[in-house]
Amino acid sequence: MSEAVSALQGAVSEGFARVKETGLRGMITLRCDLASGALAKALKAVLGAKVPGQRRIVDGAGGRVAWMSPDELLILCAHDRAQAMVGELAAALGREHALVVNVSDARAVFAVSGTGAREVLAKLAPVDLSDEAFQPGEIRRTRLAQVPAAFWINQDGRFEIVCFRSVAQYVFDILKVSAEPGGEIGVLT
Amino acid sequence: MSTRLAKGGAYLNRQKQVRFSFNGKQFTGYEGDTLASALLANDQVMMGRSFKYHRPRGVVASGAEEPNALVNLGQGGKFEPNQRATTTEVFDGLACTSQNHWPSLEFDIGVVNNYAARFLPAGFYYKTFMAPRAAWKHVFEPIVRQSAGLGKVPRDRDADRYEHFYAFYDVVVIGGGSAGLQAALAAGSAGAKVLAMEQTAHLGGRARIDGGEIDGMPVEAWVAGAAEKLAAMPNVTLRRRMMGAGVYDHGYVLGYERVTDHAPETAGPRHRLWRIRAKQIVTATGAIERPLSFAGNDVPGVMLAGAVRDYVTGWGVSPGDRTVVVTNNDDAYRTAIALKGAGLDVPVILDARGAGGGALAEEARALGIRIENGKGIAKVRGGKRVTGVAICTQAGEGSVLEEIACDAVAMSGGWSPVVHLWSHCGGKLIWDEAQAHFRPDPARAPTSHDGKPFVIPAGSANGPLDLAGVIADAHAAGLAAARAVGCAPLDCPLPEVAPQPEAALEPVWLMPQGAGPKLRMKAWLDYQNDVKVSDVRLAAQEGYESVEHTKRYTTLGMATDQGKLSNINGLATLAGQLNAPIPAVGTTTFRPPYTPISFGAIAGEARDAVFQPLRRTPIHDWHEAQGAFFEPVGHWRRPYCFPREGESHAAAVKREILQTRNSVGLLDASTLGKIIVKGPDAGRFMDMLYTNMMSTLKPGKCRYGLMCSENGFLIDDGVVARIDEETFLCHTTTGGAERIHGWMEDWLQCEWWDWNVYTANVTEQFAQIAIVGPNARKVLQKLGGMDVGKEALAFMEWKDGRLGEFDARAYRISFSGELSYEIAVPASQGRAFWDALLTAGEEYGIAPYGTEALHVMRAEKGFIMIGDETDGTVIPQDLGLNWAISKKKEDFLGKRAQERRHMSDPDRWKLVGLDTLDGSVIPDGAYAIAAGENANGQRNTQGRVTSTYYSPTLDRGIAMGLVHRGPERMGEVIEFNKVDGGTVMARIVDPVFFDKDGEKQNV
Repeated sequence: MSEAVSALQGAVSEGFARVKETGLRGMITLRCDLASGALAKALKAVLGAKVPGQRRIVDGAGGRVAWMSPDELLILCAHDRAQAMVGELAAALGREHALVVNVSDARAVFAVSGTGAREVLAKLAPVDLSDEAFQPGEIRRTRLAQVPAAFWINQDGRFEIVCFRSVAQYVFDILKVSAEPGGEIGVLT
Repeated sequence: MSTRLAKGGAYLNRQKQVRFSFNGKQFTGYEGDTLASALLANDQVMMGRSFKYHRPRGVVASGAEEPNALVNLGQGGKFEPNQRATTTEVFDGLACTSQNHWPSLEFDIGVVNNYAARFLPAGFYYKTFMAPRAAWKHVFEPIVRQSAGLGKVPRDRDADRYEHFYAFYDVVVIGGGSAGLQAALAAGSAGAKVLAMEQTAHLGGRARIDGGEIDGMPVEAWVAGAAEKLAAMPNVTLRRRMMGAGVYDHGYVLGYERVTDHAPETAGPRHRLWRIRAKQIVTATGAIERPLSFAGNDVPGVMLAGAVRDYVTGWGVSPGDRTVVVTNNDDAYRTAIALKGAGLDVPVILDARGAGGGALAEEARALGIRIENGKGIAKVRGGKRVTGVAICTQAGEGSVLEEIACDAVAMSGGWSPVVHLWSHCGGKLIWDEAQAHFRPDPARAPTSHDGKPFVIPAGSANGPLDLAGVIADAHAAGLAAARAVGCAPLDCPLPEVAPQPEAALEPVWLMPQGAGPKLRMKAWLDYQNDVKVSDVRLAAQEGYESVEHTKRYTTLGMATDQGKLSNINGLATLAGQLNAPIPAVGTTTFRPPYTPISFGAIAGEARDAVFQPLRRTPIHDWHEAQGAFFEPVGHWRRPYCFPREGESHAAAVKREILQTRNSVGLLDASTLGKIIVKGPDAGRFMDMLYTNMMSTLKPGKCRYGLMCSENGFLIDDGVVARIDEETFLCHTTTGGAERIHGWMEDWLQCEWWDWNVYTANVTEQFAQIAIVGPNARKVLQKLGGMDVGKEALAFMEWKDGRLGEFDARAYRISFSGELSYEIAVPASQGRAFWDALLTAGEEYGIAPYGTEALHVMRAEKGFIMIGDETDGTVIPQDLGLNWAISKKKEDFLGKRAQERRHMSDPDRWKLVGLDTLDGSVIPDGAYAIAAGENANGQRNTQGRVTSTYYSPTLDRGIAMGLVHRGPERMGEVIEFNKVDGGTVMARIVDPVFFDKDGEKQNV
């Protein structure tokens, strides 16, 4: 098989926060009635994860599951697992009305880390990124400047950001300029 | 002479001297100086010229309200006009020039307007430039343009960067004076999350200059203590150099932070626009002093009394050895006392009130200052600076009683609360008779989504002007804000302030009250726009009774200072002339921003490379490396053509087409929309979306389909592939992907919510490449893998499999009329697949082609293009696409509309091919002309060109167009207009120019 490459192939920028394209990530869009028992069973069987509540992201042994909308989840896993997992989930869901589709390559993933990470994002997204308002376990679908994006924060304070692959360069560039030294605000830590 | 005092200057750091230049002259100042204070310290009293009459002007205020002292600041990429000297902090190397004069500030030709002032009254332009009509363009406009404008237009690209910042707070306090600090303390100690902002570099506001005691300590010490307390509260953020620019619906506040204006060489953004969501907003924005309207009140050296005090006490600057104070209230006596305290002379205090002042007057008198009650200024002597004043009785008409020599005049007409931010979102005002000012009406606050007030005015912005009143009011405001956001205030004590009783103010709208026309013509209301008392009176006489009309007629308050000094005086003058009470005349509308903010701050990071998102396919970098000429398609850039060295675009397009038609070409079709539709009701849903029958499509097959809006108009087209019984994949146009996905979701979520259908936009999951031409199959066969032979993968079929080392989905579809495949591979392998195709196709001379070749080839085949043949008014029937409109289906989106009389009218313009008799290419957008003229005297038309190209395949021009009853008129020759004024004859033909039987694609 030909080697798969991410949009920016691991580009990095060092500012007052560090911006990195993290490479390929497995991503599956799952649309279904989130209250259905079949879904809960399928997620448990395939990922060992629960159905996340509104704006939550949860962990399972096989990957993470994020709430996207009242009838849509995003499953994150290893890139080379995604295609197989689509089949496993579809099989586990059986006759339940659902749409399971591999969207791994439609996306780019960035990590923003460092003490200023919250401020970098708060320059681009209309989201309350203060410590008391935004904590691990939450995912926000929002925008970064002019493009749609979703992000969450990990226990180590590192943000992960998902956007469309076609705008990867734009997202990298706006994160980079927002993290430029001298732009520290000092209100979000 | 204005000069630097030997001592004093609370804002100054005398240890640090800075050098700057004004009109090329080198000056020095201190860190902490504003440009205005530093210029005054260097005896540069005259700082600019006025807009209309080019009168010499000096600084009149000391803050954001300054109308006169505007400069061109900086050079090159840091140049910016109309910068207020009073709000510009001086820094080492600052360079600025004065504005609105020629050839120099001292000698200006435009000042002739001043002598012609009697001929340039209010409405002069409206009255003068009416006739003759032609004169406007050739005579008046060039002259007006030459003499108009304040600062210069920047010539270079802005060298700085800017950014936004989204912030969320319980309480936002605007203003860092004593009121703002106390409100922040009260709200902060109650536990609210507070943001407090101060537009200047200093906290404490007026109180720091005016003195007094809070909690038994001097104001200076109390301010420092308050700042320390706030800094220690983790729930409070205090920002300086940040202005509350605007208050908007639902507690949205714009904070304009000038991050590096005072230190332009530091790293970081120049301005940061804070986009704040606040639950409660406290406007502790202070008050602005009003000028008095007397003749010559604009001569350089005439300043607001409070500003004079600021310069003396805050910046250690003397406005002149002798300053005459003129007032209608007690506060101005503080200026006289401050001047005396600095060792300067106050020849006289002119108090317009017959009964004179109170305790402060006594204090001034005790210092030996002469006080004249019931007196005013008849006129100011001097041109480029004050040389003296002529004194008169306020009650009279201006007979001069006495001449007094002086260098400066400190005037005070009372104080008006800064109600701008209160008013931005609908807060109403009431007229306070005692203070003669408008203040916020507590009963009519701006309200939020819940109908509850979300703005609380505090301190002098709410009316109280004495320190005790200000602190008490601000304390209450801070507590109220905390309570409104659900905090329970603890024991935050109200600071004790000793009351300082003052005698009542007496409104003075004209000095002397009986001033005749000559004096009124020199009594300025709006300094920046040169509006005088006489202008407002004239407007009233001419029937402009509404304050909004008077404002526009006279331009009162329409300059860059938005009338911060002139509004109240202007409308009081209007009220006087109309013999109406002031509140009945009302105010003009306060609109954000409070003072002008930079465009850079509004644009934020969006400039240069990140001005707009550019969408890139996985193969974009290759296109760029090949030197592709791009065209924008949505936010994508698609290669228009791939010119080789020395090749014109036209030549490249021709080569690409011939290569494809004769051998094989490649197209990056990744941008085409790909939407999955799945569910038990998917077939039913597809039948509603498309005009043709989609539910009968068999898995493994493809079908071309049309989508219409509910009004019947064609909105998108593309090939649908049926993946399995429950799943369809819909290809859309490049620009239509997001729009059509949203359209599908709209119907599913809002109308057919009970249908079991899910959609997903997977456009970017795949790199999709079209391999087109007679050798296309051979190239794929060379890669190896799945059988793509004529039988194994017939026309309008698709299948999954391996091609070389790639997982691929192959569609056998054609938009060119050639043998053609579109292959979708995962985007992460798109570039590798493209490279593999280039290698495999080498022996056939394989080459990429761009969107122009794509367009030409589809036009040769008579295929329509959304956006060319359609424009939102075209239905499929106009395009001869009746074959793609199901007659069996009971309903589909657009069906009912297409049956309406106008849509089924045989007189509609319909699609035909157009064959020029001379083989030339008809200009794009050309109209087919018809006999006669329409009601507007324009030539009648009978059709228009929708696509027109040079066809390399046929070596002549080809075109498609919509023509009146076109298909019925085959063979007829009609006439099209051309850009050069001539016409071109074209025969109406079938729109399929090439391979009518489709033999080439069916091999």
